[in-house]
Amino acid sequence: METVIQNIQGVPLNHYILFCSLIFSIGVIGVLIRRNVIIIMMSVELMLNSVNLLLAAFSAYKGDASGQVFVFFIMALAAAEVAVGLAIIVMVYRNTRSVDINALNRLRG
Amino acid sequence: MSVFYFVAFLSVFFALMTIFTKNPVHSVLYLVITFFTFTVHYILLNAQFLAVVNFIVYMGAIMVLFLFVLMLLNLNKDTEPLKSNLVKFMGVIAGMCILVTLAGSFRVLETSQPVVLKDPDIGLVGNLGKVLFSEFLLPFEISSILLLTAMIGAVLLAKNEAKKA
Repeated sequence: METVIQNIQGVPLNHYILFCSLIFSIGVIGVLIRRNVIIIMMSVELMLNSVNLLLAAFSAYKGDASGQVFVFFIMALAAAEVAVGLAIIVMVYRNTRSVDINALNRLRG
Repeated sequence: MSVFYFVAFLSVFFALMTIFTKNPVHSVLYLVITFFTFTVHYILLNAQFLAVVNFIVYMGAIMVLFLFVLMLLNLNKDTEPLKSNLVKFMGVIAGMCILVTLAGSFRVLETSQPVVLKDPDIGLVGNLGKVLFSEFLLPFEISSILLLTAMIGAVLLAKNEAKKA
């Protein structure tokens, strides 16, 4: 336990911000360059997770437990989002026989 | 201290593998590894409750759901139509732009205070439970309604409709 706490001492807060920005940007790139809807949702999960980690880091930095409670709520939200999103994907696949994002442009007028 | 940089490198590497792998199943598995490295990050921050919840909810539940849908739709082949190279290049450029914007707006390159755990106990289950059930009791109850709504919505959406459409 003490060694774990010793290990984290000294990482500057900016490195956490930079790392989480990097993961967030990777998520954005994933949304932009892939066409499989499931992988796009996975990229969204990546973005949510980077924000979670940054909230936890700020919470530890400030010594305030509210940040970690927020992370808990975001996890509950992500679970709900994934359940509904995957149900929508299954329905779309049943109708169009594809998970290509370009098959979903029928709503345009 | 160096543990953080090593795990951060692993996270970035596997996140990149997640979005650049052609096979969707491999992509999901790389995402599982990415989430595992996030769990290690939580442990390093001494956020034990979040580490356990991340491990169970993300790696256990959400990733199994993804993998289940992939297998159910029989998509474990490299059948994804790829975007053109120009679109990919523009996507990467746009992602780099958002990275530079975030880094610039947070002034990442300046020196900052090191993360020192002022109160090492805030991430423990008992302490978080006290905060959650006193200060955040109403949002906690509302999130239960959110989960119920999501469950009903998922069942309704995925239900096989009687041949009327």
